[in-house]
Amino acid sequence: MTRSAAASIVLYAISALVLVYLILPILIIVPISFSSARFLTFPPPSFSLRWYQQYFANPAWMQATRVTLTVAVLTVLIATPCGVAAAYAISQSKLRIMRVIHMALLLPLVVPIIITAVGIFFVYAKVGLVATMPGLVLANVMLGLPYVVISVLAGLQSFDPAQEMVARSLGMNRLRSFFAVTLPQIKSSVVAGGIFAFISAVDETIVALFISGGQYQPLTKRMFTALRDEIDPTIAAISTLMTAASFMLVLLASARQKKGG
Amino acid sequence: MLTTSVPDPSQKHRRREHGLMLALVSPALLVILALIVLPVGWLAWQSIYHDGFTLENYRRVFTEDVYWRSFALTFEISLAVTGIALLLGYPVAYLANSVPKGWSILILSLVVLPFWTSVLVRAYAWLVLLQRSGVINQLLRNLEWISEPLALVHNTFGTVVATVHILLPFMVLPLYATMQKIPNELMQAGASLGASPSLTFVRVFLPLSLPGVLAGCTMVFVLCLGFYITPELLGGGRTVMVSMLVSRNVELYNQFGAASAVAVVLLLSVLAIFVVVSRFISLDRALGQK
Repeated sequence: MTRSAAASIVLYAISALVLVYLILPILIIVPISFSSARFLTFPPPSFSLRWYQQYFANPAWMQATRVTLTVAVLTVLIATPCGVAAAYAISQSKLRIMRVIHMALLLPLVVPIIITAVGIFFVYAKVGLVATMPGLVLANVMLGLPYVVISVLAGLQSFDPAQEMVARSLGMNRLRSFFAVTLPQIKSSVVAGGIFAFISAVDETIVALFISGGQYQPLTKRMFTALRDEIDPTIAAISTLMTAASFMLVLLASARQKKGG
Repeated sequence: MLTTSVPDPSQKHRRREHGLMLALVSPALLVILALIVLPVGWLAWQSIYHDGFTLENYRRVFTEDVYWRSFALTFEISLAVTGIALLLGYPVAYLANSVPKGWSILILSLVVLPFWTSVLVRAYAWLVLLQRSGVINQLLRNLEWISEPLALVHNTFGTVVATVHILLPFMVLPLYATMQKIPNELMQAGASLGASPSLTFVRVFLPLSLPGVLAGCTMVFVLCLGFYITPELLGGGRTVMVSMLVSRNVELYNQFGAASAVAVVLLLSVLAIFVVVSRFISLDRALGQK
């Protein structure tokens, strides 16, 4: 009895330590972003907003933020309809080749991202897409597609295709019956997939390191360069903002997913 | 008799249906073909063709010291990271599986939370914590446990600490999913037959959780093989993992052939691991846990 009690105390202790290890690094950034000190001192000597001012007043950071947001929005607008159409076809069609296509659409999750990045860089160099906006958007569409496909396929699993048949037998055409019957029922998983594609585009770093440049550098590329060269609490301010924004999006996505569909 | 010339309407309908489905899937497929299949194919081609076929790039990868050491280091780090992630992740998954629902949701959300913070943000956080003037060194000095700051980052140690942090959710989630499916009655049966809790754990629970262990370890190991940002920012230039070899060959030395060959060997290693593991467990499941 005492032995199993001791065992469960050890289990709780280890788990607590692991959870602290997981959470602490994310929490530590917040106080540092509000620090008044130029160099790292913890706890901060006094609090200030200077690093947030530094970020919002710097045209290079602002330009990078605009690029990131533009890329992410365009990525969602392109990847979501493509992913929904593909997921719909994969779930409804009896064609054998759909299995292969399904696997192909998940490739971006399987191939190490550094390999994808270098490969895209070579192809873009040939066709003149390096350091351009369309190049950046296309790459992020590719990387975001699997999230949309996975999410929508999960949503379609609980959808009964017979309902759409009914709508069509009542005279609706295919497109209308999809929008009137199917889409409302899988809406949540479509939104969730789109949010994941958005987050993936905001976070994407490695491909951007290779293919972005000039005025079309996303935030992550500038952050990476800044982290390699000198550490400045401006990064902490940006990190805090990014983390807060992505948590809000995830909460939104999971709230939608929970609502069903 | 004119029977065969009339096309079967149902067959015509089916063909139209197939055409529609292929049309629906084609935009996504086109993006994938153009932006990942073609680029990776290009790499493969470039690794063996430069003004004629050559295996020179592969000869270099397999014989030159720099390459060998980097591959060896990458596999060592990936093994270490996988082992540590399993040791840290198993108790957490076990606890999440054995506590009431509300608690397990809390534990799992804490595990998934870092998942949604940028890898860059976390690299920054670890620099803040681990560097010479960082939080941990300051703390240890204030406690007078050490007199000189410890070298916790810009080396392999820092890389491993931050990499485990990033990959731990990929271990915990498949483990938890597998443990959820182990019926509680089995443990009770073991206990009722007189086995001690530790014996039922070792003989019943542990073997049944092995598919989750395999899925988690595969995900962590494979993802770690291709890690780039963390070793680049926290490795201090000495921990040259394979991904860095690829990027340096492209960015610093313009050795496109060599970079491609390294990338191909890395990709083949990853695919080989997936193929071997998929003989034991369903990979859809391992990937689907994400």
